[in-house]
Amino acid sequence: MDDGYSKIALDGLWNNNQALVALLGLCPLLAVSNTLVNGLGLGLATTLVLTLSNASVSLIRNWVRPEIRLPVFVLIIASFVTTVELVMNAYFHGLYKVLGIFIPLIVTNCAIIGRAEAFASRNPLPRALVDGLSIGIGFTLALVVLGGSRELIGQGTLFDGAHLMFGELARDWRWSIGEAYPGILLAILPPGAFIGLGMLIALKNIIDKRLSGRKPALVGDAEPAGA
Amino acid sequence: MRSLPILMSGLLLGLFGVLGAGLVGMSHEATAERITRNEREALLHQLHVLVPEDQIDNDILSDVIRISDPELLGTESTLVYRGRRADQAIAAVYSPVVTQGYSGSIQLIIAVRVDGTLAGVRVLSHRETPGLGDKVEVERSPWVLDFDGKSLLNPVTNEWKVRRDGGVFDQFTGATITPRAVVRGVHATLLHFAKHKPRLFEIGTPPAEKHDG
Repeated sequence: MDDGYSKIALDGLWNNNQALVALLGLCPLLAVSNTLVNGLGLGLATTLVLTLSNASVSLIRNWVRPEIRLPVFVLIIASFVTTVELVMNAYFHGLYKVLGIFIPLIVTNCAIIGRAEAFASRNPLPRALVDGLSIGIGFTLALVVLGGSRELIGQGTLFDGAHLMFGELARDWRWSIGEAYPGILLAILPPGAFIGLGMLIALKNIIDKRLSGRKPALVGDAEPAGA
Repeated sequence: MRSLPILMSGLLLGLFGVLGAGLVGMSHEATAERITRNEREALLHQLHVLVPEDQIDNDILSDVIRISDPELLGTESTLVYRGRRADQAIAAVYSPVVTQGYSGSIQLIIAVRVDGTLAGVRVLSHRETPGLGDKVEVERSPWVLDFDGKSLLNPVTNEWKVRRDGGVFDQFTGATITPRAVVRGVHATLLHFAKHKPRLFEIGTPPAEKHDG
């Protein structure tokens, strides 16, 4: 594995997007993608945890014995998640109330321990950091697109609740199709998340097919992540 | 000699446990005060919507009693915040829980003025169906504002129901259970207030520790 950072970044963002290709972290992905802002909030929190855990796992990779590495990874991830939860509660209280129970669920996001095991424990710090960031951003993008489209179809708005994250000024960011839009409940309810995710995966596959038609070598195989 | 690696592993694992707990402990230490303040501010904001800041001059968050009337207020113990001005009672804000919602319990805050009229009702948390039952949230529908100014005698007792049950309060299309539960909860709170009002504003011991026979 001596390929460059751009490959790591591209893998994380697109080729091995954890939400759309590896299909990891579905529990928070499906539960919190009902609005764009919720998706963005959970995505950023996940990115932060993922980057921190990748960095620490990479730092200790040479002196943690293989037989205890998984419990150690779990400990590291759980500590960072709790820390992120506390910090969010302190500084983004409104958003914390909305995302509520899903923050601790970041612990169960298999993508995080998957990256720790499959990448960070075998790579030096800078590469692990780039991997954590790009995987996290790829996951966030998927959450934002899914959340945005569900919000748009379901209640006819975008950026609803942005003030919870960006302060009172962001209240004006809210964009609405019009008050007359009746809303399509299905998109907001859990089935809407599954349908939306299915559409996104299909869309990604179509794009990949077009791209590979032009440049056959571009699409790499998704590496299977652990857990 | 064979047990040495196991011991090492155990120690290492223990070390990470201590490090992790240390990190969590430190961040808890650093954020605890701010989190408490956030929660107080959020609650105070809610209370001030119902009992405006300029109507009272006491610290309503500290002027609180715990009462027990599970039959009317839903849970074993309920907090009541009391607003006063120049030591005169202005309003009591109940925080009851309604258990007959469509899915799970609904947490309310209900402000009753000292004359028995409602200063307002808000839903703090619920798990009702999005798009149907969640119209009890003031952000989604003005429905809950209908309670403003109502009292035990307005409307009369057998009209303290949703329309479908012969009362005066609207239900939502496709969702009757949620508004029915909220109306019932508000009515029960008014009943409690009427029964205990003389003692509710007493300073000191909680007035309603006894169970009503």
